[in-house]
Amino acid sequence: MVSRIKLFGYHWRRMDTLKDKCCVTGIGETAYTRSSGKSPTALQMEASLAAIADAGLSPRDIDGVIPFSTGSAVAEDFVTNFGIEDLRYSVTAPMGGASCVAAIQSAAAAIAAGIANHVLLPMGRNGYSGPRAAARVAAFPQFRIVAEFEMPYGAVAPVQLYAPMARRHMTLYGTTSRQFAEIAVTTRRHAILHGNSIMTKPISIEDHQESRMISDPLRLFDCSLESDGGAAVVISGAERARDMRQRPIYIMGAAEGHPDSPSAITQRPDLTTLGLAKAAPRAFGMADVGPSDIDVAEIYDCFTYTVLCQIEDLGFCAKGEGGAFVEDGALGLDGRLPTNTHGGLLSQSHMAGMNHIVELARQLRGGAGSTQVPDAEVGLVTGYGDMGDGSIAIMRR
Amino acid sequence: MTVSTESRLLPEPNEDSQPYWDALKSHRLDLQTCADCGTVRHYPRPVCAACHSMAVTWTTASGHGTVHSWTISHQAFHPAFKDCLPLILVTVELDEGVRMNCRLDGVSPDEIETGLAVEVAFEDVSEDLTLPYCKLRDGGDRT
Repeated sequence: MVSRIKLFGYHWRRMDTLKDKCCVTGIGETAYTRSSGKSPTALQMEASLAAIADAGLSPRDIDGVIPFSTGSAVAEDFVTNFGIEDLRYSVTAPMGGASCVAAIQSAAAAIAAGIANHVLLPMGRNGYSGPRAAARVAAFPQFRIVAEFEMPYGAVAPVQLYAPMARRHMTLYGTTSRQFAEIAVTTRRHAILHGNSIMTKPISIEDHQESRMISDPLRLFDCSLESDGGAAVVISGAERARDMRQRPIYIMGAAEGHPDSPSAITQRPDLTTLGLAKAAPRAFGMADVGPSDIDVAEIYDCFTYTVLCQIEDLGFCAKGEGGAFVEDGALGLDGRLPTNTHGGLLSQSHMAGMNHIVELARQLRGGAGSTQVPDAEVGLVTGYGDMGDGSIAIMRR
Repeated sequence: MTVSTESRLLPEPNEDSQPYWDALKSHRLDLQTCADCGTVRHYPRPVCAACHSMAVTWTTASGHGTVHSWTISHQAFHPAFKDCLPLILVTVELDEGVRMNCRLDGVSPDEIETGLAVEVAFEDVSEDLTLPYCKLRDGGDRT
């Protein structure tokens, strides 16, 4: 069904095709560490087996897999390790940190089309004990342009490429480093409550302000972790999901969005707008809900600023108001937008956002324990990757 | 600025970008210009996004621009830059309407601000490679 809706001042073609057609039926994680002692493939298998068991399935029931686009494990590894007789669907969603959430759209589309029944989304790596981010990204195809025209001058790591976006936001809107700190402090508190987190020591806004400058304006505590571990989810058709082991978590809306000038941030007309700004209205339109309906948000947090910018691009506040929005504990469990309730990439583990999907399902199942947002019914998860690619999924219990 | 040449990250030009790198060797900043509609584009690529023409000419830029945004790196993420810290990297809005990202030399970190007038200069890294960088326009005018 296609109709037109008005949202954020624009008329959007509304696509209902994927609404409530699929569910997250299984979630799994390994321990998050800085020294796994396991191969990246083993980490992905361990998390995947946990997710499949959580769903009440056999590994042989998996008939679709969307391997992480820059991970070491490919679809064939899952066939080989699980003894899958007839894998019917495999693609990748090569959008860096937006890949995991973008894969939800792809999985739901494949299931809704009848191509596959149970699609596995695995992620895992030795991000700390193995190659680090700055060494990995130059090889990504999405970084080819900046590799030729920006990296030779020293802009090598994501933090250096992304910092000018944060600086521009501060220049235009008066956003402050202390507002970035609000995000870091709240996220750390959640990580400690969660338990399976790499960071275990509380931090204050002053600690953030005293942390060493990495690439101005971004300090150490504005930066996400580099981590060892694995996380995975299983997505299944809604009719099957109703008879499966766990309470089904319905995917109400999903979308990906690519910013203007997606190959080079430098050339983007507005440095403070991400691809998510295009994806979010489509996902909200598909889900037939708005930002005010969201009880819990797991927002991709490679850097504190990235969270602040996405809060604006999601429509929780106007562009430029993100700094004020995150103040006074707004992102805490009892705040107006409980965000990154697991500790995120900043303080739990950098699983490229697969841990965000796992956490959203835990919250909506009501099984999040000490980080549970009371009565969480509807939530969203986002991804952010490469030069500003975005992805979003909106879910309900 | 003492960047180690042995280990630095070298650009890998292709057919689309070779004229850009060749011009730099002659200390010119050349920008791709659509031969059909005249739109200037950067970084080099095969198609004009305005009219989809693949016909290309090159025009030499004034080299003048202003700072649109910036970062000051206090950590080198590659050994070639460990002696260049703090490294000032600016997003420059060129007078021709496109932007480029490069090093800004000869300015202290607390002097940088949006709108600062800069001009492109050229660093001969080797016989085969010249890189652009920025300095304050006309070598001065600090406020």
